[in-house]
Order: sequence, then structure tokens, then C-alpha cells
Amino acid sequence: MSSKNERLRDEILKRSGVNPKKCMRCGKCSATCPAYDEMEYHPHQFVSMVENGDIEPLINSKGIYRCLSCFACVDRCPRGVEPAKLVEAVRLEVIRKQGANHLTADGVEAFLDGEIPQQAIVSALRKYSK
Amino acid sequence: MQVNEYKPLIVAFCCNWCSYAGADLAGNNRLNYPAEVKIIRVPCSCRVNPMFVLRAFQRGADGVIICGCHPGDCHYTSGNYFTRRRMALLFSMLDYLGIEKERTRVEWVSAAEGAKFAATMNDFVEKVTALGENKRLEDLRCKK
Amino acid sequence: MQRIGVFVCWCGTNIAGTVDVKAVAEALKNEPGVIVSTDYQYMCSQSGQQMIKDAIAEHKLTGIVVCSCSPRMHETTFRKTAASAGINPYMVEIANIREQCSWVHKDMPIGTEKAIILGKAAVAKVNLNAPLTPGESPVTKRALVIGGGIAGIQTALDIADAGFPVDIVEKKPTIGGKMAQLDKTFPTLDCAACILTPKMVDVAQNDKIRIFSYSEVTDVKGFVGNFDVTIRKHARYVKEDVCTGCGACIEKCPMKKVPNEFNLGMDNRTAIYIPFAQATPKVATIDPNYCNMLKNGKCGLCAKVCAAGAIDYTQKDEFIEEKYGAIVVATGFNPISMEKFDEYAYSQSKDVITSLEFERLTNAAGPTAGKLLRPSDGKHPHTIVFVQCVGSRCEACAEKGKEYCSKICCMYTAKHAMLTRDKYPDTDVYVFYIDVRTPGKNFDEFYRRAVEEYGVHYIKGMVGKVTPEGDKLKVQASDLLLNKQLHIDADLVVLAAAIEPDKSARPLATLLTASMDTNDFFTEAHPKLRPVESPTAGVFLSGACQGPKDIPETVSQAGAAASKVIGLLAKDKLTGNPCVAHSDEMMCNGCSSCERVCPYGAITYNDKEFRMPDRTTLIRRVASVNPAVCQGCGACTVACPSGAMDLHGFASSQIMAEVDAICK
Repeated sequence: MSSKNERLRDEILKRSGVNPKKCMRCGKCSATCPAYDEMEYHPHQFVSMVENGDIEPLINSKGIYRCLSCFACVDRCPRGVEPAKLVEAVRLEVIRKQGANHLTADGVEAFLDGEIPQQAIVSALRKYSK
Repeated sequence: MQVNEYKPLIVAFCCNWCSYAGADLAGNNRLNYPAEVKIIRVPCSCRVNPMFVLRAFQRGADGVIICGCHPGDCHYTSGNYFTRRRMALLFSMLDYLGIEKERTRVEWVSAAEGAKFAATMNDFVEKVTALGENKRLEDLRCKK
Repeated sequence: MQRIGVFVCWCGTNIAGTVDVKAVAEALKNEPGVIVSTDYQYMCSQSGQQMIKDAIAEHKLTGIVVCSCSPRMHETTFRKTAASAGINPYMVEIANIREQCSWVHKDMPIGTEKAIILGKAAVAKVNLNAPLTPGESPVTKRALVIGGGIAGIQTALDIADAGFPVDIVEKKPTIGGKMAQLDKTFPTLDCAACILTPKMVDVAQNDKIRIFSYSEVTDVKGFVGNFDVTIRKHARYVKEDVCTGCGACIEKCPMKKVPNEFNLGMDNRTAIYIPFAQATPKVATIDPNYCNMLKNGKCGLCAKVCAAGAIDYTQKDEFIEEKYGAIVVATGFNPISMEKFDEYAYSQSKDVITSLEFERLTNAAGPTAGKLLRPSDGKHPHTIVFVQCVGSRCEACAEKGKEYCSKICCMYTAKHAMLTRDKYPDTDVYVFYIDVRTPGKNFDEFYRRAVEEYGVHYIKGMVGKVTPEGDKLKVQASDLLLNKQLHIDADLVVLAAAIEPDKSARPLATLLTASMDTNDFFTEAHPKLRPVESPTAGVFLSGACQGPKDIPETVSQAGAAASKVIGLLAKDKLTGNPCVAHSDEMMCNGCSSCERVCPYGAITYNDKEFRMPDRTTLIRRVASVNPAVCQGCGACTVACPSGAMDLHGFASSQIMAEVDAICK
């Protein structure tokens, strides 16, 4: 496996606090995901790819911005794996790779997409209200 | 001649159902461990009164080890859980009194773990030997 | 002062090879109390034992120390030797100089030195030994079975078959349990009623078995062989011995809108009712929550139509006290509540049902007379989705589901899917699974038949949510092998709900002082070797109260529990282990510390009158140990702050003496 990156995987796991070994491959996360068809890697794949250290394809995927951070997968996972937190951790990895985030409040509007809820706002809301 | 070689005195309390049988198994398999270890048979590790441990240290023991069934396997369902808690308290108190934590130990040895028993005893004796002679707890009642 | 004889065994060269046995015997001669000290090649041999007997007679010995192999090996042998020579068998102590000395040390001087110390410790202990006599207690030759499902029925029948009287206590108005509600049974597909109801009839007709239906156990006292049990027989407002079960009252009862719990509320019954046609005992019961006569004194129709005159509106709860030698717990299981699984819309749609409700829907005696019809509109469903593991293997949401696998769901879902396809080939059946677990005789073949011959669509994946829309249920699910999200318009969704122990199990365990795990399943005395016994002596486990089980497993466990009960009841007297705890009443402060740590409930507290100086008396609360229940672990001896508790055979003074001998 060429894309295997254990250092990055450990970093993602540490950042998200998720233990993908708890996953029993039931697929309820993917069954419950409202953005399923928008993502090239579906929630259950996301979990197993992180577990295997396949992080690069995830970083380069558009799907991480299609995740609504609705946390349905977190809520319904019978094993408490919390896939959405992994998605968030990968997103953070992208941001950190790009260096400091120079976005100001005034600049946000330009990025707003009418179709998809604004990612950062939604995930921040989830993070701080949970 | 090794006249001055230090030999510690170790008292081992072993529960009848797991650890004593584990010690027997170590014997059956001829697994050597130091003769400094002297075993006292008790029905369950929870029978070991902290008084017995204190008494051993009063009388000059250099180390005390208590062996019981693995958690969840106790012949009496819950005895080893009591042991674990009682001894955690006792050992930290002894440590405070100057009897180092390495001189006291609780270990789970099942009836099938003869090798573990021997290895545990070897390790324990080695650690206690390294610490050298123990301070003796003074028994004020016995003072003449 | 004891008169002690020390006998050092060579065990051929096993001991004598590493230990100088002569030196050991010589060294122990000077120990306090030792009268005679000698050695022999094989102490356990006939002549070795004779040597001990002769020494006892010659020197009037009161205590024996044998320095030999492990007490686990020959303690019993030497105790018997001592007993046959006329001294108490518990006056014998073994110094283990083989397994724990000669076999693990190589050096003769070191081995000899250790053997002497071990011998001294044994002598020090024997000096403090006291003769012990095992207690005896009589056995009441009657068994109690709590729970009248298939587990309880089988256990009762097997015990009665051996000739012992059995009482079954069942909290419902009839025995039969969950099995009576089932339609067919996997993997052979025989109808549950056809195989269960003959057994129920056997129970009713067996003159060794009494059924206390509509009753519960309210108090248990005593111990193995001698339990005193109080049974509360709820008033059913019908004289059980008079009612003929003709059903005339049921026809006339005007209260016809009572949810029928036997059909899980999917249809109605009357306020006076017989749960189902083959109910045992076949006696009507009045539901006091719905009966007009009992609620406001207006009606009395059932009493008017009852030709036998069995109706009695003034009946009261009755308390029955009975003695039993053994108690079998067979309290069974229930499906967990689905209310908390909002994503499956169980509380929003009538067409989302549990598997047990599905059983009733396909049962010929059920609310639809066996026709598979949707509960909402009575139409035939064309697309059915089965969801497995609903609440099972659910670690994250302890308040919703259960961490364990419920074991029976894979097989009954395969059965439901297969039977549906068999009866209604125009129906599409989907089963969403995480794993299909079929370890059992002919189980996997059965599941494969459902897929290969009956064309059930098994999909590896899970249902994420169910949304009622019009008369359809929109099912959103994942197919992990195709890596697709599926959207199915279903007519009926069946949830394989996890099973949990009956709610009555926890309070019952408290009454019995039987231990339970965190899931409220009863714990067995040993998970492999004593699977049908509770750690509490005299309490046995049968069926799903011990863990999820299917019918064949339940029946075999029920038989096993029965054989254990028969083994107990066949004894006239129980001989106990004399190495039990005992409390010194003068020292006991009544703090209850010992009571709390005792895993067997062997310790009780009683007020006792003590004579004081000046002819006064004092009443104090003191502990007493029931020697028949105590197993001799000694937890209480350490918990006791005043030192009142001690253990026979392993007294504190004895262990202290051993410590002293070793640390000299």
C-alpha cells in the first residue's frame, strides 16, 4: 500500500479522538448519511481508510467538503465510532497544510455556497454545542 | 565462599484455587525459582488480612507477594477484587512508612500458569534483592 | 498443648533427591509440641499410612504434620488416615516440600533449609488447629421453578419425572411463556404450539407438579436444602378450582377494548379473559384495571352467565408459604423497547413492527388469523424490509441498546423471510445484516436455503432511517458490497429487537442473593464447568435468564438444571465444608461490614440478649454465619474491624503462626 501513512493516521486519530478499531462494519453511518451520493468516499469507507492509513486520497477528495457535519452517523453508530469527527480532522489537516488561515469575517461571504450549508459554521456549531 | 551474599526473605500468600495450584504446576514442570520464596496457602486472596503482611514485615520479611485468581475468575466470585483494593491502600501506606512498593506485590496467577508463577517469583526476588535489606517494622507490643 | 507427630516423606527420590529428609525430621523434633518425628519412603502407601496410625496410637498424638507432596494431592488421603486412627481429620496439616520445594530447587542444602522452614510453619499451624466437624442439614425434597416458559416447563417435568414434587410460579395467568407466542420454530419449522402445548398439558396433568399462575415470589429465606419461600397469588377474581374455562363469560363481557398483551397489543380482548386457547391452567382472569364491576360496581354480567359460579369479585391476594430444597430460576427474556430507536420510526408508524409482533401476525391464532397483513390498513405487504441487530451489539448507546449479541435474531429473521417468500412469492423480502451468525446444527443450511431457494435478498449493510410517506415506508440503507446507498419503498419494516432479561430478574436475584452481570443476566457458578448453577448454593439457572438462548439450547439447559436439582434432592442430608467463617458474638459490634462483602449472603444479623454484670441484660445486634451457605472464602474476616470474624481451618492466629515460623 503506497499511500499508507501511519504518522498522518495517528495524527488524525489523536486529533479526532476516534478509535476506528471499534467499527464492526455494519454500514449504518453510510446508511444514514444524507450527503452519501455527494461523497466519493462514503462514511464507512472513510473509517476504514483512516484505519488503514489511506489518508492522502481523503485529503484530496472533494467529499470532505460535502459532509454536512449533520452528525447523523455519530448519533446512530452502534459502536460510538463517530465518523464525522474523522472528516473534520481531515479537513483540519488540509487547513494546517495550507498554513495559517487568513480568512476574516468579511471574507466568509465570498465562499458561501447557496447549495451546501457553510461547512465551517456548521461544524463549529456542532463542535461547540456538543 | 559466598558468605555475605544477601538472601532476601519472601512470604508468598497463594489462593488455594488458582495460584497455589499454579505453584504446584511450576513444581510439576520443574521450573526453578529461588528458595527464598515461602508459600502460605489461603482459601482466597481476600483471606489475606493486612495484619498478616504487617506481621511479616515486623518479623523481618524483605518482600510480601499475594497471588490470586485473575479478575473475574475468583472461585468465590469477588474475593480478588477486595484484595486488589485493600492491598492498593496497604501498599501505599507501607511505601509511606519506608517499605518500598517493589517489596510488595499483588499478582494474578491462574492454575494453568506455572510458568508465570516461576517467572513472577524470579522477577520479584530479583527486585527485592536489588533493594537490599529491609527496614523492620517495630512491634511496640513486643518490646521488652 | 498438642501432641504432634511429624512424618517426612521421601517420595522415592522426588523429595529425597533434593532434600535431606533425615535432617528435616531431625530438625523438626525440637519444635514445640512435636512428640515424634520420622521419615519414610512413601508416606501415602499402605505401610506409610499404617506407620502414621501406629504412631497416633503409640504416642497418643493429637495433631499430624505430613511433609510431602501438595495438599491438593494427598490432603484427603492423610485426613482419612487420621480419622481411621481416631483423631479428627482436620488435625492434619501438609507441608508441601515436593511441588514447592524439592522440584523447584536444585541445591540440597538450600532445599533442606526451606523444607525445614515449611515443616516448622506446618507445625506452628497444627499447634493451633481445632477439631472440626462438618455441619449437616436436612433437605426438603421439593423444588421451586420460577418462570413457566419452556425452560421452566422442561425443568419441572424432568424433576417431577424423577419423583420429586415441583411447584411452578408464573406471573402471567398461564404458563407457556414466549414460546407460546411463536409461530414456527427454526430450523425444522415445526409449529411452536404443536410442540409446546402437549408439554403444557403434561405439566397440568402431572400430580407431582403444582402451578401457581398469576403469582410471584415475594420472599426467600433460608439456604440450600431449606428455603422458605413466600408466594403471592394475585387475585384473579375467578375461583381457579371451579372455573371450567368454558368461555361464556368472555362472550358476554361488555369491556371489549382492552389491548391484548398476548398479541402485543395488535388486537383487543375483554376485561375477563383467557390469554389463548391452550392456556394452562385454562381458567379465566378478570383484569381489575378494566373491569367495570371491580372499578365501580356496575356490571356483574360474567357472574350471571357463569354456570359453575366461579366468579368471585371479593377475592383477595393470597400468600402461600412453602419450603423448598432447591430453586430454579427460569425468568426468561423480553425484547427491548424500540421507542428509543427514532430512526426506524417505530413509534410513528404501525407498519414498523418487531419480530415478535411479526410472529403474532403470521400465527394462525394471531390477530390476523395467520394472514400477513399490514397492521395499519390490513393490506397485504409487497415489500418487506427486515433489519437485524436493532439494539444488539450496540456499545455506544447503553441507554438504548445492549452490548451483547442477542443470538437468536439471525435465525428467526431467516425463518420469517423464508416463510414469507414461501407463502407469498409475490413479496420482495430484504434482510439487512451486519453478520449472519448461524452456529448451530442445521442452522447455516437453513439460512442458505432462505437465500438460494427462497430468493430472500440478503444485503450486507444497515438501515439508516425509515420515513413514513403516504402508505409507504421510505427505507434508506447502505449496501456495503455494492458500495451504494439504497432507497427502498417498503410496505412493512420488521425490526429484530435485542432481547434483555425479564425485569423481574433483578429483584429476584436480590431475594435469592444470586449474582448477576451488568446486563442483568444471572451469573453461573463457573462459565464452563458449572453452567447451570448459580454461585449461590441451591439456586439453579434455566433458559434465557442466564444469557440469550434459542429453544434447543434452553431445553437442554433446562434438563441439565433439573439433573442438578435431582442430584441435590436425592440426598437426605447435606454435609458441609467445616472450614467456614464464624463470628465471636462478644466481639461483634454489629457494623454489617461482613454482611456487605459476603458473596453468598451467608451472614445475617440478629438482635441477641447478653447477660451483663449485676443481673442486667443487654440486647445487641450481632452477626451470625450460616455454615451451610458459607463457602469459606474469608472475605468477611478481613472486612471485620473488630476481629470478631474468623475462619475455621485458616484462622488468623494460624496464618500468623505460619508467618512467624517462616520469618524466624
